[in-house]
Amino acid sequence: MSLDAATVRRIARLARIRVNDDEVSVLQGELNAILGYVEQLSEVDVSGVEPLSGGAQMVLRQREDQLSDGGIPEQILANAPDREMNFFAVPKVVE
Amino acid sequence: MAYMLEGRTGAWEVVVGLEIHAQIISESKLFSGASATYGGAPNAHVSFVDAGFPGMLPVINKECVAQAVRTGLGLKAEINLFSRFDRKNYFYADLPNGYQISQFAHPIVGTGQVEIELQDGTLKQIGITRLHLEQDAGKSMHDQHASKSVIDLNRAGVALMEIVSEPDIRSPEEAGAYLRKIRQIVRYLATCDGNMEEGSMRADVNVSVRKPGEPFRTRCEIKNVNSVRFVMHAVEAEALRQIDVWESGGEVVQETRLYDPSRGETRSMRSKEDAHDYRYFPEPDLLPLILEQDWVDQLKASLPELPDEKRERFCRDYNIPFYDAGVLVAEQATADFYETVAKGRDGKLAANWITGDFFAAMNRTGKSIDNPPASAAAMGELLDLIADKTINGRIAKDVFEAMVETGKMPAAIVEEKGLRQVTDTGAIDEAVAKVLAANQDKVAEYKAGKEKLFGFFVGQVMKAMAGKGNPAIVNEAVKKQLG
Amino acid sequence: MSIFDLTIAAAAKKLAAKDLSAVELTTAYNKAVAALNPRLNAYITATPDLALEQAKAADARIAAGTATALTGIPIAMKDLFCTAGVRTTAASRILEPFIPPYESTVSAKLRDAGAVVLGKANLDEFAMGSSNITSAYGPVENPWKRNGSDAKLVPGGSSGGSAAAVAARIALAATGTDTGGSIRQPAAFTGLAGIKPTYGRCSRYGIVAFASSLDQAGPMARNVEDCAILLNAMAGFDDKDSTSAPREVPNFTAALSRGVKGLKIGIPAEYRLEGTNPDILALWDKGIAWLREQGAEIIDISLPHTKYGLPVYYIVAPAEASSNLARYDGVRFGLRVEGEDLIDMYERTRAAGFGSEVKRRIMIGTYVLSHGYYDAYYLKAQKVRNLILKDFTDAFTKVDAILTPTAPSAAFGLGEKMDDPVTMYLNDVFTVPASLAGVPAMSVPAGLSADGLPLGLQVIGKHFDEETVFAVSAAIENAAGFSALPEVRAK
Repeated sequence: MSLDAATVRRIARLARIRVNDDEVSVLQGELNAILGYVEQLSEVDVSGVEPLSGGAQMVLRQREDQLSDGGIPEQILANAPDREMNFFAVPKVVE
Repeated sequence: MAYMLEGRTGAWEVVVGLEIHAQIISESKLFSGASATYGGAPNAHVSFVDAGFPGMLPVINKECVAQAVRTGLGLKAEINLFSRFDRKNYFYADLPNGYQISQFAHPIVGTGQVEIELQDGTLKQIGITRLHLEQDAGKSMHDQHASKSVIDLNRAGVALMEIVSEPDIRSPEEAGAYLRKIRQIVRYLATCDGNMEEGSMRADVNVSVRKPGEPFRTRCEIKNVNSVRFVMHAVEAEALRQIDVWESGGEVVQETRLYDPSRGETRSMRSKEDAHDYRYFPEPDLLPLILEQDWVDQLKASLPELPDEKRERFCRDYNIPFYDAGVLVAEQATADFYETVAKGRDGKLAANWITGDFFAAMNRTGKSIDNPPASAAAMGELLDLIADKTINGRIAKDVFEAMVETGKMPAAIVEEKGLRQVTDTGAIDEAVAKVLAANQDKVAEYKAGKEKLFGFFVGQVMKAMAGKGNPAIVNEAVKKQLG
Repeated sequence: MSIFDLTIAAAAKKLAAKDLSAVELTTAYNKAVAALNPRLNAYITATPDLALEQAKAADARIAAGTATALTGIPIAMKDLFCTAGVRTTAASRILEPFIPPYESTVSAKLRDAGAVVLGKANLDEFAMGSSNITSAYGPVENPWKRNGSDAKLVPGGSSGGSAAAVAARIALAATGTDTGGSIRQPAAFTGLAGIKPTYGRCSRYGIVAFASSLDQAGPMARNVEDCAILLNAMAGFDDKDSTSAPREVPNFTAALSRGVKGLKIGIPAEYRLEGTNPDILALWDKGIAWLREQGAEIIDISLPHTKYGLPVYYIVAPAEASSNLARYDGVRFGLRVEGEDLIDMYERTRAAGFGSEVKRRIMIGTYVLSHGYYDAYYLKAQKVRNLILKDFTDAFTKVDAILTPTAPSAAFGLGEKMDDPVTMYLNDVFTVPASLAGVPAMSVPAGLSADGLPLGLQVIGKHFDEETVFAVSAAIENAAGFSALPEVRAK
C-alpha cells in the first residue's frame, strides 16, 4: 500500500495539520518508507490470536460516585490563549 | 392500519431507528470527580481531566456503570459482562481531548426489547440494538459574542447512555411512542431524568423511505432532536423530503441533517460532513470493564417495578381497565399516588376519581403529582366517606372541591359544612311527601304514564335535602309514595 | 573527591551526618548547571531559586530527623512531567507557554520524599525520538566524546536531557520516561543505569502522554543502587491512573545484594542481529560470562517475534499518539495561531506548534487508524503485540531474567542516521519488545566501545519482578566495574 499526495493531504486534514505542497511530497516519501517498513507484519500468521490493546493485564477499577473535583474555573482557564469572562473563546463557528 | 405516505408514484413506507442519548443521573462525571449537575457558573463543574489537560487520565465512576446496567435490565436486554471503551476521534471546540470516550466494538448492553402502545391500543415490540456508555461534550455558544464562539465545559465528561433501536419504527406516532416509552422506563429506574428541555435526553433520528416490500434504502440521520413532538415532525418532514427526492429521479445521500422546528423542515449539516472518519480504537488509558454476574443479579433484584409490569398488576389487583392502568402508570409518582389511594379500597372508584376529578383539578390549578391539589391520604379518606355512606357521590364532588380549595381533610369538611348523608327514612319520607304535595300536576302526569318524571321527583327531593339524601333510600321512598 | 562524585547513597550519608548540607549540595549543582548547560542544553528550564528553597526545606527536614533517602538530593525532572507552577513544555513549541496548575504523581512523590528539582530536562519533542534532536528547544550534546574526536554526539533519546545532565554531573540523578526505550537507550549512550519498570508500576498521572499503553516513568542514575533508591520513591499505586497496578512496592534496594546464584538467565538468539556493533556483541558475551561466574545458569532461549517488535511499535505508538496529541488545539492551553475560522486556527496552530517528527508520527498514526486501514495495520499490530507478549511469558516459564544488549550501537554523531526515519527507528530494536510486553527492563553500563564510548547491557524481568532485574543488574555492575567518566562534566 502506497500513499499518494491526495491521501497525504486527506490525512493531514483529518489530523488538523496544515501542510504546503513541499511538505506533502516530503511527508509522502517518509510515510511510504515507514509503511514499507511495517509491511513485514504481513508475513506473521495471526490466525486465532486475540489483539492486545492495553499495556496492563488487569480489569478496570471503578471509583465511587463522589464529588471530588471541579470548582476551579480560574485554574481551568489560566492557560487559555483566549477567553471571554469564564468561557474559552474561539473563532466564531457558523452552524 | 399501517402508516403510509402517498407520493406521486404510490405509497411509501417510512423506516425509522432512534439513537437516544440519555444523561445518567449521578453525583459526579463518568471519568472525573467533577459535578454532573446541570447548570452552574461557566466552567465551574470542570476538572483538569474534563478539560483534557496534558497527563490527565480517566477513572470510571461505578455508579454510572450501575445505571447503565439498570437501564439495560429495564430494557430486558442482555448485559455484557465484558465491555470496553474506545476513542472516537474528531476535532471540535467543545470536545477537549479531541476524542470522545465511548464504547464502539463492545457495548455494556446488548440486544433488548420494549413494547410501545399506539393511540388505537395496538401494542408493538421495538428491538433495542445496544446501549453503550459514553461521555458528553461541552457546550459551544455562538450568540454570546460578535466575533467569537464561547465554550463552557460543564457538561464535558458527564455520563451518557446511548440507546440504539433497531429500524423497527414505521411512523411518526411510533417514533413518539417509543421515545416516550424509553423516557418512562429511565424515569422509573431513576437512571435519567428524561428532561428533554435541559438536554438530558435527546435523539438522533435515522429516517429512510421505501416502497412496501423493498429492502431498506439510504437513510439520513437527523441530529439532536430535543422533544417528542419534534421527533414526530422531523420523521414526517424528512420522509416527505426523501420521497420527493426519489420521485424526482434523484438519489438520497447518506448524511447528517438538522431539524429546524421553526420551518418544520430538515436541512443538511455540511459542517459536520467534513471527514467522518472517527478512527475508533481501544482507549489505552482504560482497561476492559468486567462485571460480576452476582453484582448484575443484585442490581436486578433491586430494580423497581417497571411500567409494563405495574400496569398488568394494577389491572389484576385493582380490577381496572387496561387503558386506565396505562394512564395511571405513565409516571411513577402517579402510580404511587394511585396505589396509596386504592390500597384496601375500591380500586375502580379510586381510578375514576384520580383520572377524573383529581387530574382535572391538577390541570386547573397548575399543580403536579409531586405537589398535588389533594393529598393521597385525603383522597383515601374521601373514598372511605363514600364507602361507609357518610356522603354520597354527589356531595363527594363538593367535598373534593372544598379539599382543593382549602387543603382541609374531607371528614373535617363534611362535619364543618354538615354534609353528612341523610339515611333517616323518616326525614326522607317527609321530604318526599312535601315534594309530591307541591307538584300534584306532575304526579298526575306520572300516573298517566309519563314515567320519566320519576327522575324529576328524585332531583327535587335531593335539592330539598341539599343533596345530602342517600340516593338509594330517596329512590325507594319516591317509588313507594308514588304508589 | 569532588562533591560531584557522590552517588545518591553516598550523598545521603553525608547529609545525614551533617558533613554536607542540602543547600551546599544544591548550590554546587546550581552552579554546575549554570556553567555547563549553555553548552549541553540538557535543561529546557533550570529552576535554581526553587531548588534552593527546596534544599533549605530539606535541611530543615534532616535536622528534624524526618529525612528520607532522597531528602536534599538534587535531580533533573524530564520536562514531560507536569510540575505545578513550573513551565512544562514536553520539548514542544505547542506547550511553550504552558504552566500546569497540577503536579504529576511521580514528581509529587519525589518532592514529598524531599528531592530537590534543579530544573526541567530536555527531551525529544513529546518523547518521540532516539537522539534528542527533535526537541523544539534544540538538541542535547552528549558529554561523552569518541577517543581523539571532538565531534558532537547525541545522548540518545527521548530522555536525552536527563541522561546528559546526570552523565555530565549537572544532576545527581534524573527522572525519565520510556515508551520504546527512552530511558534505557540514553542511559546506555551516556554510561548510566536506567530502568523502565513494569507497565503500571509508576503512575502516569500528570505525565504528558505519548503512547498510553507503553509510557512508563523510571529513574536514571550513576549506578544501579541509585536507581533502586529513586524507584522506591517513584513507584506505587495511584487511584488517578486506571492502569496503575494496585500492588505493594517492594524494597528495591534490598534486592541489590541478592546475587544471581541459582538464577536462570535467558539469552535470546534473535537479539544477535546482523549489523550490531561487534564491541556490543563481545560485551554481551562478557556479561554472560560474569553471570555464569557468579552462579547463574545460562539458558539459550528464543523470542521468535523479536524482529516484529519495531514494526508493531511504529504502528501502535503513533496511533495512540495521534489521538493523545489531538488535545493540542489552541483552545484551552498552549500555543494558538489565529486563523480565518476554527478549523483554520487548528491547522495553523498544529502546523506551527509541532515539529516534523511529531507531525510524521501523528500522520502515520492517523493513517493506520483511518477507515479501511485499521484492520490491516492497527489490529494486525495488536495481534502481533500479543505474540510478542507470549514470547516473553513463554520464556519466563524457563528463565528468571533475560540478558541482551541495550542498543545496537554506541552513541552516534549529531546529524548521523538522519537519512530516513526508519534508520533512526532501528535504534530501538532491542528495547521495544520489552515495552510492548510491559515487562521491566534495565540498562546497566558494562563497558566501553573501541572508540571509548559507553555501552550498556539490558536485563529484562518478569512483570512486577523488578527485584530480580535489580539483582542481576547489580551483579553485572559489580563484575563490570565500570568507572569511566565523560570528558565534559562538573568537577
